[in-house]
Amino acid sequence: MENITVLIVDDSSVMRKIVERSLRQAGLEIGRVLEASNGLEALAVLNQQKVNLVLCDINMPAMDGLEFVKQLPSVENAKGVPVVMITTEGSESHVVQALSAGARGYIRKPFTADQVKEHILPVLAGNL
Amino acid sequence: MNISRSETDAASRREYWAPLLELSAQEVFGLMLGEHLEAAAEPAPENTLDVTSMVELAGSLCGLLTLRCSSNSAALMATKMLGADGAGAKSQMEDAVGEVCNMVAGNFKNKISGIGEGCKLSVPTVITGSNYSLCALANDYTMSINLLFHGSHIVISLQLN
Ligand SMILES: [Mg+2]
Repeated sequence: MENITVLIVDDSSVMRKIVERSLRQAGLEIGRVLEASNGLEALAVLNQQKVNLVLCDINMPAMDGLEFVKQLPSVENAKGVPVVMITTEGSESHVVQALSAGARGYIRKPFTADQVKEHILPVLAGNL
Repeated sequence: MNISRSETDAASRREYWAPLLELSAQEVFGLMLGEHLEAAAEPAPENTLDVTSMVELAGSLCGLLTLRCSSNSAALMATKMLGADGAGAKSQMEDAVGEVCNMVAGNFKNKISGIGEGCKLSVPTVITGSNYSLCALANDYTMSINLLFHGSHIVISLQLN
């Protein structure tokens, strides 16, 4: 997939940059990177713009990542857009909650660029 | 690094928590900053630790995890995390230290089997300046590790109530 638009949702702006760098290191051809610092902002972005992939933290103020994933189906623009969680929350219950709410992948922080590649490429290829 | 099943009983015992906390910090610094932390032989000089990041733990593990360092170390963390995007890293030092503390707390919680599962983390809070005292009202367990990041002290503490 070429020149994809990615939305990175994390309350840490430093982490948003690290995630973007990891995606580029994974060899993704990224056209545009959009950013949001919580779930509410991310929903607002998605109401305005079409994206190909969302990477989303869980622990954030205003609206956390799990609530964001649950609310995502209400956004017309975001239908079928894959969401991959990138979070410090590693417990089985968080993984189950995220995946059953519709997330397509789950990456635990701290992570390597290889782990990002391993999780994201199959999702973008439609295999997960 | 995950802990094997044979180690899980040990991982739930508090005497193993200091090495697990250190391992959690080493993994965060290694993977996200490309840095190795050294053990500190001397205690940290208190007045140099002017940046404090804290993450609250609630649920099966209830308390506070804090990471304290100098503002120079905090700025260096931001630079290392941002890599080539490191211009203006100093203005991002609170963000960087907050996220490092968040990752250490999450990584530690994921290593202590059984207990971490029911524990929630708050978003991080960062305080700059060293003229404050922190008082946990129902404190029944405190543990600290003292590490060196580029020769400067980083103190990571866990207080449980
Ligand atoms: Mg967060």
